[in-house]
Amino acid sequence: MFGWEFPPHIAGGLGTACYGMTKGLAYNGVEVLFVMPSASGDEDQSAVKIINASDVPIDTVSTSVDEFLGKVQFVHIGSNMVPYVDPEDFTRMVEEERVKQIKNFRVQYGQKYKFSGKYGANLMEEVARYAMVGATIALQHADEIDVIHAHDWLTYLAGIAAKRLTGKPLVVHVHATSFDRSSDDHIDTRVYDLEKKGMEAADRVIAVSDLTRNIVINKYGISPDKVVTVHNAVDFSGRENMTVERGVKDKVVTFLGRITFQKGPEYFIEAAAKVLKRCSHVRFVMAGSGDMMNRCIRHVARLGISDRFHFTGFLRGADVQKMFALSDVYIMPSVSEPFGISPLEAMRTNVPSIISKQSGVAEVLKYAIKVDFWDIDAMADAIYGLLNYPALADMAARCGYDEVNALKWNNAAYKVKKVYESVIK
Amino acid sequence: MKKSICLYFQVHQPCRLRLYRFFDIGKDSHYYDDFANRTILRRVAQRCYLPMNALLLEMIRRYKGEFKVTFSISGSVIEQFDRYAPEVLESFRKLADTGCVEFLSETYYHSLASIASPDEFKHQVLKHKETIEHYFGVTPKAFRNTELIYSDAIGAMVYDMGFKTMLTEGAKHVLGWKSPNYIYSGAMAPKLKLLLKNSSLSDDIAFRFSDKSWPDWPLTGEKYLAWIKASAQNDEIVNLFMDYETFGEHQKAQSGIFDFMRYLPDVVLNDGEFEFVTPSQAAKKHSSVGVLDVPDAISWADEERDVTAWLGNELQNDAFRKLYSLEEKLSLVNDEALWSDYGHLQESDHFYYMCTKFFSDGAVHKYFNPYDTPYEAFINYMNVLSDFILRVDDAISVSDANFAAPKKETKARTRTAKAVKAAPAAKTKSAKAEKPAAPKKRTVKTKKQ
Repeated sequence: MFGWEFPPHIAGGLGTACYGMTKGLAYNGVEVLFVMPSASGDEDQSAVKIINASDVPIDTVSTSVDEFLGKVQFVHIGSNMVPYVDPEDFTRMVEEERVKQIKNFRVQYGQKYKFSGKYGANLMEEVARYAMVGATIALQHADEIDVIHAHDWLTYLAGIAAKRLTGKPLVVHVHATSFDRSSDDHIDTRVYDLEKKGMEAADRVIAVSDLTRNIVINKYGISPDKVVTVHNAVDFSGRENMTVERGVKDKVVTFLGRITFQKGPEYFIEAAAKVLKRCSHVRFVMAGSGDMMNRCIRHVARLGISDRFHFTGFLRGADVQKMFALSDVYIMPSVSEPFGISPLEAMRTNVPSIISKQSGVAEVLKYAIKVDFWDIDAMADAIYGLLNYPALADMAARCGYDEVNALKWNNAAYKVKKVYESVIK
Repeated sequence: MKKSICLYFQVHQPCRLRLYRFFDIGKDSHYYDDFANRTILRRVAQRCYLPMNALLLEMIRRYKGEFKVTFSISGSVIEQFDRYAPEVLESFRKLADTGCVEFLSETYYHSLASIASPDEFKHQVLKHKETIEHYFGVTPKAFRNTELIYSDAIGAMVYDMGFKTMLTEGAKHVLGWKSPNYIYSGAMAPKLKLLLKNSSLSDDIAFRFSDKSWPDWPLTGEKYLAWIKASAQNDEIVNLFMDYETFGEHQKAQSGIFDFMRYLPDVVLNDGEFEFVTPSQAAKKHSSVGVLDVPDAISWADEERDVTAWLGNELQNDAFRKLYSLEEKLSLVNDEALWSDYGHLQESDHFYYMCTKFFSDGAVHKYFNPYDTPYEAFINYMNVLSDFILRVDDAISVSDANFAAPKKETKARTRTAKAVKAAPAAKTKSAKAEKPAAPKKRTVKTKKQ
């Protein structure tokens, strides 16, 4: 299994999902070898064996470098576009580039490479290197593995390379797509290409929701027979709900997540302004940070509600739990959300949740209020209702709690196992 | 008649706010970064206030009354001196005792109250006046508003409070072809004399003095006097207004700023064309050459010389509105701590930190700003203000409950409430006559300090 991160050092939900899934697979009797770019050594390895790609040199490739490169050279990313060259020059340059590539490979790739495992500026380069190292690891362990499982586009190249070198079937897992990260017109085409390559090369594609499955089919042109939905679950073991003494008497409505277009923060602000016109005993909190944060702050100031609408900035660890404990209503107005784990965490803390219909989690939850992300009237209505009608809030909290507790990774992993079995001949 | 040079220095330090998070609202009502405030004040005292005060005292004694300077010292910084560096107050008192130093009146909290609320403005001016009398034994006669903010309406308000002289910026968009080197009078208060800052000459010292890429570096006393003469060839008075922190803090001691200031009076007085005056003396000596129309507020800040450094974007406007919307509620509350916080939250600096004009005057803004971005400044301020609003509401519900029980007190309260309402009606009376009319609890509070 190729991943990019694993708890405790995580930046997004991907690591958490991988952790839950590997534990679930272990429960279902599947052994997992988890490869990640940069392991720290403090990961929980009770259910999984972790291989740190930073520790693996590629010098074990005894076959000729040319042959290896022939199989995996597509992973080299980097535009060879040079303006204003005549065809002869171009041929010469391409030839030079090819020679250099082989040389570079010998020099740079023939040793250990220290991955950052972060999402930095040279992400594309890391992705390519990860594919090289990943392929090597797959070759080393070729006898032990039956299926290759790659999580999200960062690891697809590694998955493809591993499949080509070992001939084992490949399953790619779509946690998010380019279309969830930005609006339709502005997707990163390099990422889109990688995603499409990965899905096409895969024997099966697992999507985290029907919503994502549809995107995979419609926007990436993947055959519906190949795409399976396995909803995420959530693992609450070892987590205690904390009780926090409240400083404010008012009700608190919380948005928690990256403040980006995808998460629909501005719809939340508009809905908040509508609610504040009707009742005054409420405060709104936008927790998190992101590229739209400053725009949102200006938006709030322009609406003149900044004494009731608070920003906390990025929250870590215990502060996230504290924020949930302080909340009366949780809202996730995402424009596009492949799954969305945060409302589950809120409901687990007995906080009634409002989620957008454009989120994958809406497919599995019954006791959350669902609205269209653009329907700020419905959103305001739902907030008002949960704040002012205790019967509604009590029911949502009580039933929601039971509902999320029933979402077990063991069940989700069982479905993943079935997918594995379908590709192993 | 000799021409005049008027040297005026602004002394102010804000009460910087601590990192105040959403989780603190309703739990912790201490808003200030005491460590930063103490550290900065002690540093500036060592580098600027103490050495420069000693230098000025020496100059005044040497020239036996020929050398004069003027200060405005905000109440906020006086509170900090009292707490962290009382020796600075002592050195200012020595300067006051020479009789060659004028202390100006201003708003106690270095606030923008003149734009928001006439009542609050007057209250702060009176509070400041009492503070200056208490510490320095002099009664301020001339007025300068926060950051030299001025408009026709503010001028009228100041005149109504009994001031005959006011300082402001010689803003080019207001002056047009006119020279700042004369005395003008207010459009709505014809008897109010206006002293205008000569920006170019003031900034030569305040901003350019140590800049080695400046073609005129290094600046010498003779060179500077020649510029003053050229600027005021046919004019009467040159007003050099600047931050006091210019000396030793903005322009470091090693730039030679102290030597320059030690030498300047010598050059000027030996030459004989100019003499040093304070604003009140200037107003007596020179008469107004005409009326200055300033319908919209001007200030000495930024390229625009207007109030957009504090009230120029939606963040600042919303915070400002939210703050001053509390005035009516607060007038019903008699709580010293609340009033003090209300004052400190009004300090113009908090709004300056939220400024998004980062291009033409970015360097200056950055220098004075403890926050990385205006957005952080806004979030922090609004969190503090939210807690403050909670406290005000609590205080009102408590006082309501108290008054609901015994009947006698209810009467007393309606009387004070009336007094509050009556205060604005007494506008036309002079400041002194108005003093007893002002709500009693406020004056009691200021005297305690």
